[in-house]
Amino acid sequence: MIHALFIINRSGGLIYSKNFTQQVAQLSSNEALIFAGTFHGIHALASRISPAPKRDSVKDTGIQSIDTKNFRIHCYQTPTGIKFIAVTDLLQTKLSGALNKAYTLYCDYALKNPFYNLEMPIRSEMFDTKLHQLVQSH
Amino acid sequence: MASQSQAQAQAQMHAQSLMKLDNKTSKRSNMLLEQNVSRPRRDRVGLGAFAFLFAEIIRYSQNRVLGIQDLEAKLNEIGQRVGVRMFELSMWREKTVHREMRVLQTLVFINTVVWRALFDKQADSLERSTENDDEYMITDNEPAVLKYISVPKEMSSFSPGAFISGIVEAIARCCQCPARVTSHVVPADGLPLRTVILLKFDKEVMDREKRLEAGK
Repeated sequence: MIHALFIINRSGGLIYSKNFTQQVAQLSSNEALIFAGTFHGIHALASRISPAPKRDSVKDTGIQSIDTKNFRIHCYQTPTGIKFIAVTDLLQTKLSGALNKAYTLYCDYALKNPFYNLEMPIRSEMFDTKLHQLVQSH
Repeated sequence: MASQSQAQAQAQMHAQSLMKLDNKTSKRSNMLLEQNVSRPRRDRVGLGAFAFLFAEIIRYSQNRVLGIQDLEAKLNEIGQRVGVRMFELSMWREKTVHREMRVLQTLVFINTVVWRALFDKQADSLERSTENDDEYMITDNEPAVLKYISVPKEMSSFSPGAFISGIVEAIARCCQCPARVTSHVVPADGLPLRTVILLKFDKEVMDREKRLEAGK
């Protein structure tokens, strides 16, 4: 079950955040922005401290998931540096497929929408509905 | 030394595979470019490519207008330029000897021939307004050109279908049935982009219709 979804742009700014269940606390917009910025920073550092050999082909991509006792945070980073973050229950072990689909929706319904400005918060009804359908079907 | 020659060989192979790729793509694009215009079934355009172009058209127009009505008028005008050319092409493809001039025939022509050429399907409905005799409505439940567009709330009266209404307006004019054509987004259940194209024919067209009807 996906509880919430965040999208962070290349520079660490929050461009989308949505809760899908009542089980997660609604972060205030300020808290959500801080979460996004902090995660962006930790993600970048994590890929720096990786002990894996520094060859391009096996370069570490940073945090993919964070586990707690009750829930899990998944992160999917696109090759272009946009991060899709999902808050789920512990049953979800691998979410890259669903987040990849969310990336497709972003490409279709945000980038092809004439009223969307790059790197800015996504305000698109179509994107909302399609994402909701995706989460429901998951 | 060994590693150098290895690298060279690798580079050569890479170049060869690139060349192969290049040949393949150029062959394919040649096929696409050299297609005969008379075969309407084959020459399709990617919807994604069109969506990017259309989004850019809207953004470009938006920076050059003062209000929503202006923006719609601008899109309508662009659509008309497409419509005039589209009309010529569909007449030639249809290979009919005469051009439709009656209102109903014109509408059916738009509803079927034009819609099939533009969107690869017929429009979902064609109705006559119950209030005014000179008003007709063409409805498309999911206009392909608007698929990715979400109009922001502060512009809720804006209908991006103005582009389509421009095409329809030009074709109606070419058929000697000039009309004022507007587009309206009328969402229905599960169809947020359902668009109604409203044609209001000029008075002389309706007068002519009446005369032709009486002369029969």
